[in-house]
Amino acid sequence: MTALLQVRALAKSFRGLKAVVNASFEVDDGSISALIGPNGAGKTTLFNLIAGVHAPDSGTIHFQGRPIHGLRPDQVCAAGIGRTFQLVKPFLAMSVLDNVIVGALRVEPGVAAARRAALDVLDKLGLAARAADPAAALTLSDHRRLEVARALATRPRLLLLDEVMAGLRPTECDRLVEVFRGLNRSDGVTILLIEHVMRAVMALAHHIGVLDRGQIVARGTPEEVVRNPAVLQCYLGEDADV
Amino acid sequence: MKRAVVLGAALAALAIVFPWLATSYLLSMATLLLYRAYTTQAWNVVMGFAGQLSLGHSLYIGLGAYAAGGLFVQFGIGPWAGLPLAIGVAMAVGVIIGYLAFRFGVSGVYFALLTIAFAEFTRIAFDHIPWTGGPGGMFLPVEQRTSIDLVHFRGPPAFYYYAMLALTGGALALCSKLLASRAGYYWRAIRENEAAAQALGINVFRWKLLAMAVSAGLTAVSGVFIAFFNNSLFPDDIFSTERSIEIILGSVIGGMGTRFGPILGAAVLTVLSEAITEALAALHWNPPGSKQIIYGVVLLAVVMFLPHGIWPPLARRLGVAR
Repeated sequence: MTALLQVRALAKSFRGLKAVVNASFEVDDGSISALIGPNGAGKTTLFNLIAGVHAPDSGTIHFQGRPIHGLRPDQVCAAGIGRTFQLVKPFLAMSVLDNVIVGALRVEPGVAAARRAALDVLDKLGLAARAADPAAALTLSDHRRLEVARALATRPRLLLLDEVMAGLRPTECDRLVEVFRGLNRSDGVTILLIEHVMRAVMALAHHIGVLDRGQIVARGTPEEVVRNPAVLQCYLGEDADV
Repeated sequence: MKRAVVLGAALAALAIVFPWLATSYLLSMATLLLYRAYTTQAWNVVMGFAGQLSLGHSLYIGLGAYAAGGLFVQFGIGPWAGLPLAIGVAMAVGVIIGYLAFRFGVSGVYFALLTIAFAEFTRIAFDHIPWTGGPGGMFLPVEQRTSIDLVHFRGPPAFYYYAMLALTGGALALCSKLLASRAGYYWRAIRENEAAAQALGINVFRWKLLAMAVSAGLTAVSGVFIAFFNNSLFPDDIFSTERSIEIILGSVIGGMGTRFGPILGAAVLTVLSEAITEALAALHWNPPGSKQIIYGVVLLAVVMFLPHGIWPPLARRLGVAR
């Protein structure tokens, strides 16, 4: 498999706080990869660097062989990367359908075509019944799915999911896992997720990268990673008895 | 939907036959009402749709009025040539202000302050431009007011009423079309959450500039109208912040971001203001400022109890779309 996303020696500091230090990894085309790590490890900063919210201090990001570091978020989206936000950002005063139409308009020529595409996406995520409701009326779990629906409507090659499982009940979590599997398998969407819910990570990810204090400290298959002493150390501390 | 068509048709029919039913006082009130409705609708594009709080929209009225008025006074060129000039000047200034603000991340109240600043220093500048009459004002010559002269935009009161009615109807149609288009979706997304809009591939800078241009251009048209309606222009009046506030009130009271709310809001405000004047006169009780106080209390009550404006809850009750 070839690398769809290549991150090399990425670094970003905020007023002296080193959020990401020399991070390098690849995401293979067609894969599902997960980034895990303790709170404050730099996962969301890494996502924001890829998505163009922040420009890196140094290092490069290549997507489909093209450099994308330093692009604006809308340009990164246009390049084929969709993302969700850890703190959901729905367009509250708009209907669920209108939220997704905004995303679909990136690829569709007009509103009518975008509406059809948006309905398809809502159907896929099990939100079709709520299409006409204002986004403000949704529950947190539905807001998470709306985030995914909106990002998906832009038809990304790579989908960045920032803790979409957090706060969901196990059954909701499993349902969403199935949705992502389907997207990956039948629509060929490559997925990179940040996740704390290990139930979802273990069920979904082909590859896992572990981020600690802004650096990738371990990489591998789920089975390899959970046995890696460095990983246990970063979660449990230096003196952990393994 | 059917209900909306019937209601709309009834309202339109009433508006069309109104000059035959009304006294000349009522007709001038109705013209003022439509002028306010149109202008607040134009402002609604930038704030109600795109969420950018401009508190200096008197700037575009003034620029439109002075562009077309100046052309007429100095060169005898009528409003039909002045209109595109007015629109062009206002759009250009709107885009410049938007560029400065959006390029450097000025938003929210700081953006509002910037728009006030531009309106204010333009007012002061016009006080010192002799070519447009300075603080003493600019006066447009009027040859007659009895027969309709389309070329010079002159005619009896009903002529101005119908001109404003056509503009308001046109703006309503344009706003409906814009809201249902790509621009409408993108503007609302930007209004609701700019970061999320950008993550969905929207070039927020460009679409916010478009909102500024459309709103400024539409507002300039009412400036041209007011120049040829009042036939006198004073910088301290036309560029004043009071005028900017008056522009936004209709939308705030009627319902920002809706299509019909601004028109309803302008109607409520005009009728309210006249009703207070009439009531106070009938009571023979008029200490200075009493009208403003009553007006202010009513506005406060509306904003407190109907924070989204009068139209959204009314539309729900009537069973029509917003």
